[in-house]
Amino acid sequence: MTGGRAIILGRIREALRNNPAPRPHTSHSQSEAAADHNGHAQREWLPKVGETLPERIDLFAKISEGLTTEFHRVSTITAARELLVKLATESDWKKIASHSHDDTDALLEGIGLPIVRTEKGYAIDDLESCDAGVTGCEVLVAQTGGVMVSVESAGGRALSVLPPHHVVIARTSQMVPDLTAAFEHVKLKYGTQFPSFISFITGPSRTGDIERILVLGAHGPKRLTVILLDE
Amino acid sequence: MATQSADFQTLSRRYTADKGFRAFIQKGLSGYYQKRDQNKANFQDWQGARDLAAETKYEAVNHLDKYLLEFEAKITTRGAKVFWAQNAEAARDYILKVAKENNVRSIIKSKTMTSEEIHLNDALEKQGFGVFESDLGEYIVQLRKEAPFHLVFPAMHLTRGQISDLFQKELGSEATDEPEKLTMIARDVMRRKYCEADMGISGTNFAVAETGMISITENEGNARLTTSLPKIHVALLGIEKVLPKLEDLSLFLPMLATAGAGQTMTCYNTMYAGPRQPGEPDGPEQMHVVLLDNRRTELLADAEQRDALGCIRCGACLNVCPIFKNVGGYSYGTTYGGPIGSVITPHLRGLKDWKHLSAASSLCGACTEACPVKIDLHHHLLQNRRNGAKASPSPAEKIAFGGFSLMMGHPALYRFAVVFGRIFQPLQNLVNGTILDPLRAWTGSRKFPTLAPQSFHEQWKKDRGSKP
Repeated sequence: MTGGRAIILGRIREALRNNPAPRPHTSHSQSEAAADHNGHAQREWLPKVGETLPERIDLFAKISEGLTTEFHRVSTITAARELLVKLATESDWKKIASHSHDDTDALLEGIGLPIVRTEKGYAIDDLESCDAGVTGCEVLVAQTGGVMVSVESAGGRALSVLPPHHVVIARTSQMVPDLTAAFEHVKLKYGTQFPSFISFITGPSRTGDIERILVLGAHGPKRLTVILLDE
Repeated sequence: MATQSADFQTLSRRYTADKGFRAFIQKGLSGYYQKRDQNKANFQDWQGARDLAAETKYEAVNHLDKYLLEFEAKITTRGAKVFWAQNAEAARDYILKVAKENNVRSIIKSKTMTSEEIHLNDALEKQGFGVFESDLGEYIVQLRKEAPFHLVFPAMHLTRGQISDLFQKELGSEATDEPEKLTMIARDVMRRKYCEADMGISGTNFAVAETGMISITENEGNARLTTSLPKIHVALLGIEKVLPKLEDLSLFLPMLATAGAGQTMTCYNTMYAGPRQPGEPDGPEQMHVVLLDNRRTELLADAEQRDALGCIRCGACLNVCPIFKNVGGYSYGTTYGGPIGSVITPHLRGLKDWKHLSAASSLCGACTEACPVKIDLHHHLLQNRRNGAKASPSPAEKIAFGGFSLMMGHPALYRFAVVFGRIFQPLQNLVNGTILDPLRAWTGSRKFPTLAPQSFHEQWKKDRGSKP
């Protein structure tokens, strides 16, 4: 059942035939760049990102602050583990959720808490009652302070959104300059076999729906912690 | 009958007279202006980005058949079902059919203006399905049995006190004037709904032809939960929302965030390529994409205004519109309010009943300047005025402009009119704006300047006569 496919396509073609619309009036000479659509034309206009890795990490840190993302740089996995234990103690975590992945496994070693693992399926209520979700990610985006996750790199769709605290572990090699580079990463890694879910997470969940006043933790995590491991 | 026009007049008068309400809306928007400007300034060149966005949308909309077919082919291989709905009824019937066939009991929705356009909630509720809006603002207006006030800020017309009263009455919660507590009340209610719902309905901000993905932009996380936990995901998608390439999103996502809410990026921007794939741990078993025409092809056929299909529903034109800021969202009586609504509604729902909206504009052009995809909004409003006058000419206007043209074409007549005006203006001033005033439709809210005792023409004649 495809409904009115033929009719709608017919109407579209009829509307476009012999009926050219004026090209948009643009003040910049970039029509060629847009027409050949190499996907990089936007880099000329979008917010600037530094050339070097330290500049990018600094930019990510600066934007994270504005977003209230808790951003930590650590030099060893042991330091990352200590940080996680500190978070668990401070917030009195009883149960956490994660997925099997090199970095998350290393991070959670010896944590001493019950862990719900999502990669082979899970009960929704079991995940919902966790105090935190610990995941890996595809890349970090310096330009926007964003974390790109997918089914593959973050244990499914719900692990990074259902528990009230989302902890992400990433390595410096995962820091990319901008969204364009993040999409390139995905194409390179998966070809056409994309995970069914890919998301840019930019700060903890928020709403301004009541009098335009910012409240964190509307439906998703109230806290987002990003741990960047130096390589 | 022009009832829509009469309703607009009644409601807009009522809202405009309420100074407290207008101040409340202005205050709500003031933070937006500041953050929007900061984020625009972070762009290397916001105008260049607008040009590129307009070019990209031009390419997509003018090859709409090609990109829709590419999108359909790609997302179908991933296991999603695509349904092409010619009108609102076809879309509703299809969604009802999917719900019935799968014995759905509870439905959770994330924000979708397209579902407002096709009055989906009513249809689902009439058939006995429980439907819950999960976006906080949408949930609030749903509990009040109202439509969204604004494309992006659905409950911006309500004070925290009104929301607290509503929650006390409908949810039995404690009174509070803290937005945070109110938000947490809604969060707790919704948590249970996500876990119980067996169908999630979402909108779509962009569809990507190249990869067969839909992209959803949100701040709260409600759309992610709506599309992750229930076993069926239905995505509503206006046919105009398709983009050619995945990388196009790297331009449109930050632009939507900046223009829409003054953010660098909206909190969650999620791309979905089909339902749960083999080997994936969660996600819906079924994904249905409902492609909606509902007379968008009428707008497509109008080459002059075709660029209006580039709209990304950011709401930037509403936020800067002097009319919207005064009359508010409900005066329009349309799903899509503000300048963009006034442009597209006559195409989507008929020029005859909706042409009055194009008069609800000062033609200042603030909307056109604010539009991230450079839709020529204020000129389209002028074109709608022209089309409206052509389709159903008003005899009174014809006589008035005929008389004006006659007067301006004949100096003797013009001079007579000026003398006539000087005599009658003081008399008119006595009854100005009252029921006795024959010109009250005009003078009720406007002041005509006093005619000078001597016209320039008379002065020129007199002074030149006295000089060598």
